[in-house]
Amino acid sequence: MVMMNEDPTTVIPELALLVGAVLAVLVGAWTPRRRQGRVRVLALLAVGVGLIATVIAASEPPSTTFDTYVLDTTTHAVRAIVLVSLALILWWSRDAVAAHPRESEFTALVLLGGLGAVLMAGAADLLMLFAAFLLASVPLYALAGWAKTGATTEAALKYYLSGAFAGVTMLAGITLLYGAAGTTGYEVLAEGLVTGAAGPAAVGLVALLAGLAFKAGAVPAHFWVPDVTDGTPPPVAAVLTTIPKIGALAAMWRLLLAVPEAIVPWPLLVAVIAAISMTLGNLAAFAQASVLRLLAYSTVSQVGYILVIIAVGARTPEALPALLFYLAAYALTNIGAFAVVAAHPARTIDEFRGLGRRRPLLAIALVVSLLGLVGTPPTAVFVGKLTAFTAAFDGGMAWLAVLAAVNTVASLFYYLRWIAPLFRDEQPEPPQENESRTARHGAVAASALSLLLGVAAGLVLPLFATM
Amino acid sequence: MLSVVVFLPVVVALALAALPATNSSRRFTVPWVLTGLVQLILVVVLWLGLPTSGYGFVEHVAWIPSAGISYHLGVDGISLPLVAMTIVVFTAAAVYSLREERRPKSYVMLFLALQAASVGVFVALDLILFFLFFDLSIVFMYFVIAGWGLGGRARSAALTFFLYTFLGSLALLLGFILIYLAATPHTFDIPALAAQNPLAAGGPVAGAALLAIGLGLAVKTPLVPFHTWLPPAHTEAPAAGSAVLAGVLLKMGTYGFVRIAMPVLPASWRQFAGVVVVLGVISVVYGALVALAQTDLKRMIAYTSVNHMGYVLLGVGAAGLVAQSDAQARQLATTGAVTQMVSHGLITGALFLLAGALHERGRTYDMGAYGGLAARTPRFAGLFAVAAFASLGLPGFSGFIAEFQIFTGALGATPVATAIAVVGILITAGLFLVALSRMLLGELRYPDAPGTPRPFPDLRARELAATVPLLLLATVIGVVPRFLLDLVEPASRVVNELVAR
Repeated sequence: MVMMNEDPTTVIPELALLVGAVLAVLVGAWTPRRRQGRVRVLALLAVGVGLIATVIAASEPPSTTFDTYVLDTTTHAVRAIVLVSLALILWWSRDAVAAHPRESEFTALVLLGGLGAVLMAGAADLLMLFAAFLLASVPLYALAGWAKTGATTEAALKYYLSGAFAGVTMLAGITLLYGAAGTTGYEVLAEGLVTGAAGPAAVGLVALLAGLAFKAGAVPAHFWVPDVTDGTPPPVAAVLTTIPKIGALAAMWRLLLAVPEAIVPWPLLVAVIAAISMTLGNLAAFAQASVLRLLAYSTVSQVGYILVIIAVGARTPEALPALLFYLAAYALTNIGAFAVVAAHPARTIDEFRGLGRRRPLLAIALVVSLLGLVGTPPTAVFVGKLTAFTAAFDGGMAWLAVLAAVNTVASLFYYLRWIAPLFRDEQPEPPQENESRTARHGAVAASALSLLLGVAAGLVLPLFATM
Repeated sequence: MLSVVVFLPVVVALALAALPATNSSRRFTVPWVLTGLVQLILVVVLWLGLPTSGYGFVEHVAWIPSAGISYHLGVDGISLPLVAMTIVVFTAAAVYSLREERRPKSYVMLFLALQAASVGVFVALDLILFFLFFDLSIVFMYFVIAGWGLGGRARSAALTFFLYTFLGSLALLLGFILIYLAATPHTFDIPALAAQNPLAAGGPVAGAALLAIGLGLAVKTPLVPFHTWLPPAHTEAPAAGSAVLAGVLLKMGTYGFVRIAMPVLPASWRQFAGVVVVLGVISVVYGALVALAQTDLKRMIAYTSVNHMGYVLLGVGAAGLVAQSDAQARQLATTGAVTQMVSHGLITGALFLLAGALHERGRTYDMGAYGGLAARTPRFAGLFAVAAFASLGLPGFSGFIAEFQIFTGALGATPVATAIAVVGILITAGLFLVALSRMLLGELRYPDAPGTPRPFPDLRARELAATVPLLLLATVIGVVPRFLLDLVEPASRVVNELVAR
């Protein structure tokens, strides 16, 4: 039995994000535009405080706080992953948002979105989950429209409409589940479901999963991903395709493990979603000429691979470390790839020709990120895929592992379509003016971290295993 | 010690990265040659100090303990000759590339990385470590073909190569995971798995694991019908890339059979040895026949590689036919297979470098465009003839030693298959003789396309220094093979004992 308490110090990482966001708005309002840099420093400080608190809290035994919020390995890991991702994105997006009229809003919205993602991962109550879902959604709707150009307005509207629809579906699902189980707390959900009606419970769970699938960008709620990614500036796209996904996938994990397989056969459902996500994401990415759309579909397929782990979540102890490691690996690698796009004004594959000549380090960072997304050793995603495949075999879903392997090979095709032009002989052009130096550094740092995480997997994986 | 041998090229590559990218190629290629020579000296030390049984120079460090992955290196009589051959071929390629003019810095750095990955494959004693080096070799080779390819279709050839071999490597990975899950405690460690023999009972899981691993290795080897990536990759790759691809990378497939499939899945290997033999013989005959039909010199050599790798499969397959033959014959077949890997690496490396030298002069691989070269370029003609004869298995060269052992070892177990495979030798002999007579004899003829330098010079010192040592080594192994066989035989006996248990 886990301990209960209502100690606010247990949620310092969350509070740090909240305080950081509030301060970002306040300080931003009282700071002249050319000094807005201090807002970012403040936000990075908040993220740093959150990270330190996470590291300290991670050594404590698992517990529940405020009755609805679980503090265990999953929460700690998601906190760490989200905080590191936030720090990376806030850092390398500096050139893109500096001196923008709404610079401090960007920072505040990113922090709030991160807070929502963390809360989703820790929520152990259906209502808490929905509140976290809203917190991870509403600031990000605003963030999607942050740049206020034609394309971003369209992207924001699309994101908002599909999000609102997903939210309503999710709320309906929660109502049904509550009706079937008589409770919203995960701990007693299983008992309630055993005695309650199985039909409404199944429908409710499916509706709830639809909402989470929207946040994760998984099929069938993936339609917003390419348009929003393509329509927003790369830093915003990096946030939208990384941060909420982590929270949603961890939330899905926690929720599904609370539902007995015998009442709702969810592993098969998740497996089918996983299979369709990775296949559809890959097939759609084949023909893309825009690198942002290509990355968008690649994130859809990556979510598919992660769902493979969730599908076997209840069947094998290998699943939890695999899930958390894959989330960390995906976050770093994806942020690295988006940083490359942010560093360079090119938006189509053709415009990346000859980058290897002009910007060798940036080109190498891109190669590492893309081959990382494929899962080439020794990058982090390789270890993620290895543990995912192992979990799938161990959990009795060998077909899913084989399908994921086939999809991995297929994905190589479009990643290589992007990699190949980098090293073509071209007339060396002078470096263009609107390149971003911080994004370039961010790309190199994120790809180096993804390599490091892969090599140091032996140190990180045990941390993710259940204590 | 082994780590030094593996990672020395990486260290050199990182040091070279600090130099500015200039077009003075010597600044980069000379360190590459020196790296190879230092590695060779280290390999000689390893060779002299290798224990008579088991793995030598073992390095074992926990890497990802929770997933049963360790950094485990070691050499034995099977891997050390391949390591030596790898470094020799790379060094020959380095000497050949001394004057590489196209982006020498990236070229040398890529090859150094490839060199490290290739040596790593042969000394890795952990399945995931093996996979890591295996995959990295594919990645680096892709960039070599795509970046320095000669033809206009280099990029599509590189893509085909990458997709095919990457698919193979993922099948390999799935097979590894099956074995890993079958073992208790779960581990990826090759010696531990061989000792534990987790799938000793055979059955569907063992069969599936062998199928997945076999598929992955067959693509790399390549066995018919998974060979279609090979000819375009070779045709488009630069000469040094072709030499390394055929000489070293193909061996990773066949080495995987000996190092992983045979000792770790002995029951299934015995069960499906007949299939392996049949696939090997098909590769032998098909490779030889298609090579016979080629007019493009590089494609012809590429298909003879398919043919030669077929012999290796015949040998390792025959070693699995425990019921039909005695231990001595099986050991002979395995030893022959390993010798064939070394021999083919040296000879094909030389053939591809010679083909590259020809292309530099005539700008085409079309054999019909050349004639009477024996009179004009006697050194080229002589070396090409020697390489061709060595490749077709003439006594006195390493190929003969290898193929003779394979046939002798396999004859008792599968007389029909062996008899058919011998036909492959006849065809290979025929095709090389036809090629020799077309290109070297008759009226002097060489391409005169615009932009071709008029004089058609003989091999230069650099090209001689790259090819002569390869052929010399092949001859030494052919004449005094004991120094090699003494090393291989104990190790192949161990492998056979593992298969037969």
